[in-house]
Amino acid sequence: MNTALSYAECSARERIAALFDAGSFHEWLAPSARVMSPHLAQLGVPAAFDDGVAVGRALLGGHPVFVAAQEGEFMGGGVGEVHGAKLVGLFQRALHDQPEAVLLLAESGGVRLHEANAGLIAVSEVMRALLDVRNAGIPVIVLVGGRNGCFGGMGIVARCADHLVISDIGRLAMSGPEVIEASHGVEEFDARDRALVWRTTGGKHRYLLGDADQIVADEVPAFRDAAIRALGASQPLALAGLQAEHRMLAQRLADGVGAEDAVDLWQHIGVQNAAQVPDLNAAQVRELRHPQEAAT
Amino acid sequence: MIWPDVVSQLFGDATSVGADGDFLSGSAVLDGQTITVVGTTHHASIGYALALRQAAVVLDTVAQHPGRPILLLIDTQGQQLRRHDELLGINRAMAHLGCCIDLARRQGHRVIGLVYDQALSGGFITTGLIADACYALPDAEIRVMRIPAMARVTKLPVARLTALSLTNPVFAPGVENYVRMGGVRGLWGTTDQPDLAAGLRMALADADTADTRAADGRARGGRLMAADVAQQVRAAA
Repeated sequence: MNTALSYAECSARERIAALFDAGSFHEWLAPSARVMSPHLAQLGVPAAFDDGVAVGRALLGGHPVFVAAQEGEFMGGGVGEVHGAKLVGLFQRALHDQPEAVLLLAESGGVRLHEANAGLIAVSEVMRALLDVRNAGIPVIVLVGGRNGCFGGMGIVARCADHLVISDIGRLAMSGPEVIEASHGVEEFDARDRALVWRTTGGKHRYLLGDADQIVADEVPAFRDAAIRALGASQPLALAGLQAEHRMLAQRLADGVGAEDAVDLWQHIGVQNAAQVPDLNAAQVRELRHPQEAAT
Repeated sequence: MIWPDVVSQLFGDATSVGADGDFLSGSAVLDGQTITVVGTTHHASIGYALALRQAAVVLDTVAQHPGRPILLLIDTQGQQLRRHDELLGINRAMAHLGCCIDLARRQGHRVIGLVYDQALSGGFITTGLIADACYALPDAEIRVMRIPAMARVTKLPVARLTALSLTNPVFAPGVENYVRMGGVRGLWGTTDQPDLAAGLRMALADADTADTRAADGRARGGRLMAADVAQQVRAAA
């Protein structure tokens, strides 16, 4: 029987409460401060007292860290002007206060379309602020496991971080399947084919390709352990590292020629029994990428 | 404006910039200073491969020509909406392009974006929006998504969004709104200052490499909360 708390089913604040050391979270601009979106009222859309993101400091295994958690239940975690500015402020503060890491519990569709232009600029400001922190040697650790996944501009932001943890049911990509289907038809991407959606954007695929550093089960304690392991994973950007990244991405482009489906790509990169991957759990998928660790 | 006109107004004949499909690259000389030029045309849809091609030019400039300024010429309809690009991890390719530009900035390359035609969301966020500063031509357009698609996703009526796009800087596609919100630092080729080269010259001389967009948005009255909210988080007890 598995009774561990599901990360996907938690709200942003439930995740914070269960993931960090008990009672250690101290929030900045909490809901009581009512720092809210200035744009939603004119659309007749309800605003949230925290604009869909909680930011503050906490302890993780005794280590002082900063944390931001996006609330997927509010506008799909979309980044608006205030939401984005809270993230930017947190990263800027990290440069000054020097926590051991910044944890970003990402759950977002990207730019909040209701705030259109302001949301787009906000996401780009988050990206620059994150890279300032990464380059200062403070690791930015992104956790992806919310029901709404991590898409659009936040899918890019997540890949700008030092370290990425995803659950087997987490999703990380750019455009959502619905948007692709609306644009190029159901033959291009059938958004209702859940298996196809997860093979293309899901945690197992991202982990097997190397887009995620760790894969965990959909359990808050598993995310906590992974986050603790990632402390100290700082990787400031340097020319050699980006050249290596470029070669890897170019090789992937070549590997992907003719790959219709994720299974083709997995086979091509040498994953054993690729067709069985969708039936495996997180631990089994981990062994596929690191077969040498399976024996230990 | 079409890209050959932009390049010729900026550099005269002192340029090797050429197009290969939707991809633009080359170098050019302004006031004796060689500049790397990279970008896209034909309202390019930026897929995994096109993001990598742009990143390669930026990386090569950092490796081979330390300190050489980089001009990003932007004309895009946004990220490519294809399953194969998602399969390969288009978000990682985009992030890579953004990280390469960020590295160039940190290593002392002046990186300037110019939206000379149109810019949409995913094609713009890891180019012009991550440069030291982004500029635009007056008749360019910048938007997140076209209104019908936006209406579908937000479930708001097309008529309402269309009406808002006429008056509200948050929804309007005109570049003046992006200037007011701080997302674009200024316009080149205005009636007052028609000389594009003068715009680039000024941009290259502007030594401010910090992200001033939220402060600009507040000062210009187009984005009133972002700078204050970030400040409140920095100062909160």
